[in-house]
Amino acid sequence: MKKVLEGNHAISYGVKAADVDVVAAYPITPQTQIVERLSEMCGTDFDARFIKVESEHSAMAAVIGSSAAGARSFTATSSQGLLLMHEVLHWAVGARLPIVMANVNRAIAPPWNIWTDQNDSLSQRDTGWLQIYCESNQEVFDTTLHAFYIAERIHLPVMLVLDAFFLSHTSEIVDVFDADEAREFLPPFRPIERLDPNSPRAYGNLTGPDNYYELRHKIDTAMRDALTVAREADDAFYNLWGRRYGIVEGYRTEDAATVLVTSGTITSTARTVIDSRRENGERVGLLKMRLFRPFPVEAVRTFLARAQKVAVIDRNIGFSIGGIFAQEVRAALYGASHVPVFSFIAGIGGRDVTPKTIGEILDITAASERPDRDVYWIGVKDEQLLYTGI
Amino acid sequence: MSNFSIPESELMSSGHLACQGCGGANAMRYALKALGPQTVLVMPACCWSVIDGPFPHSAVTVPVFHTAFETAGSTAAGVRAGLSMRGDDETTVLAWAGDGGTFDIGLQALSGAAERNDDIIFACYDNEAYMNTGIQRSSATPAGAWTTTTPAGHTKDRPKKKILDIIAAHGVPYAATATIAWPDDLIEKFQKAKTMRGMKFIHIYAPCPTGWKSPPELTVEVSRLAVQTRLFPLLEIYDGHDYHLRRDIDVRPVRDFYKTQARFAQMTDEQFDAMQRETDAHWNELVARHEESARAMA
Repeated sequence: MKKVLEGNHAISYGVKAADVDVVAAYPITPQTQIVERLSEMCGTDFDARFIKVESEHSAMAAVIGSSAAGARSFTATSSQGLLLMHEVLHWAVGARLPIVMANVNRAIAPPWNIWTDQNDSLSQRDTGWLQIYCESNQEVFDTTLHAFYIAERIHLPVMLVLDAFFLSHTSEIVDVFDADEAREFLPPFRPIERLDPNSPRAYGNLTGPDNYYELRHKIDTAMRDALTVAREADDAFYNLWGRRYGIVEGYRTEDAATVLVTSGTITSTARTVIDSRRENGERVGLLKMRLFRPFPVEAVRTFLARAQKVAVIDRNIGFSIGGIFAQEVRAALYGASHVPVFSFIAGIGGRDVTPKTIGEILDITAASERPDRDVYWIGVKDEQLLYTGI
Repeated sequence: MSNFSIPESELMSSGHLACQGCGGANAMRYALKALGPQTVLVMPACCWSVIDGPFPHSAVTVPVFHTAFETAGSTAAGVRAGLSMRGDDETTVLAWAGDGGTFDIGLQALSGAAERNDDIIFACYDNEAYMNTGIQRSSATPAGAWTTTTPAGHTKDRPKKKILDIIAAHGVPYAATATIAWPDDLIEKFQKAKTMRGMKFIHIYAPCPTGWKSPPELTVEVSRLAVQTRLFPLLEIYDGHDYHLRRDIDVRPVRDFYKTQARFAQMTDEQFDAMQRETDAHWNELVARHEESARAMA
């Protein structure tokens, strides 16, 4: 059934289709509509409990509890809320709980800024959460189901990520379906371990160096296995509904000399720029990064190793070292290719990334054989710096 | 029929890692006797994170979920919702926190669970300081006490936080105090809590010989003295306003309690007198509330 949905509501419908048992969440702009719609739906449109917690920290702690009890569990947050959760994000991973969370990418304060950038989710890079970045509201809905499929097979939590406002508050046509249809793809949650008085076990007890090390190794192994499982999810979903996304997506990369690397909604803008440059005979292509954790090293090599130049656009910053996706791409290519990787920063704090911005990035890349600096900040306004203090 | 008022079943085993004379270990033993095997324990960072034993051992025969320090209330709420969604409304979810995880870092999540009236029992075994990290003051530490962060010459100058009042102010169905010196009373309170729906809060006084510098063999005696001196009255509050104060216990001067523990060695006669006055005033206030509740019922 086709509906006109903003990205946030696409998630709510995805949660309903996934037949989630327990939701615990705390409102934060620009995630609020997910929570509002789920408040209406839970216990009315589908059988679920909504725990209206007093903070994001408690939201994550509550879904950790409900997931440990064997219930399919979901939460959603953004920015400061995600940062507040940080401790318990690690807990969800160590406890091997298949929680799914939507994070609406929003800049971090101070200064207050509610617009999109990726530093909130990318700050959680090493928590052990999978991260899947979405480009459209249809992808958001579909990925909600993918996320549970993957999480429950590898026993790790999954974060699906969408841009503030460009997706969260922008309406698009989304093909949604109900739990009855979704069940073929996503069967009921049957955890192998759960809190059960008939089978009493202790979870998370003090564990010394003799065992802790192996437990972390198992998480690393599960995260690597997730690459295969994510592909399986994509295939299974495609076979049922004819839509697929890949773990990354190459767009016009065949014979491309220069490949742009993007994530989130910048990808859609970049597609149009690639199309128009191709019309002018330029050999340019695009690699959309959908999966960030686990990092799809082999896929990145496949698409980038034979290019002559790679230009990564990051809506985030790793202070002093460049864009975070760029760092990961460079690490993935190390030893496999000598292709120069240009790191471009754009769009932080919700600054528009227009076709002109992306054109400028392609022009800078075309003008040099190799990058002449670690990172290119695009569109920094000198006058403005005069008035912004330090 | 058993000849004993205390259930004979043992859901806590020997071989746990508590210090000798640990009030918290005894409290768990009685609480589990009261609640029985159909119980799930949610345990934030506290002495019991250690007492339960290292992986792969556990000193209790009910499921235990260890959780982050400040999350006993929220994780227990989640466990409750998860079990219920699996069709299990019968299992008791027991959050079991120390005073740090209740009075301090855990207060926000506890307040959230209390305000939502989540169907859990939240038990605080209160040993009046951060004992697991080695005796640092908490907001449950009483005035006059030595700890490693309120050392000699700088003993605590602020009163113990009135946690029962705070939780009762949420209007929860049940908030009570208990101690291992009256095990039948403690067990009765847990059994009562088990039959009630919504948030039940039980504050257990749990002497810590290691931190209080009291002889381990006196733990029960110290618990008894806390009640007799009225520093820790046995009290039940229903729905946030209906007070039931246990008044059938012989009264002793507060000094008798303080003298059992070297943590109070720095206290002066003036401080003892001041505490006596405060304790008397608090008792009179509780008596007044008790009588008011009795009148309201009549």
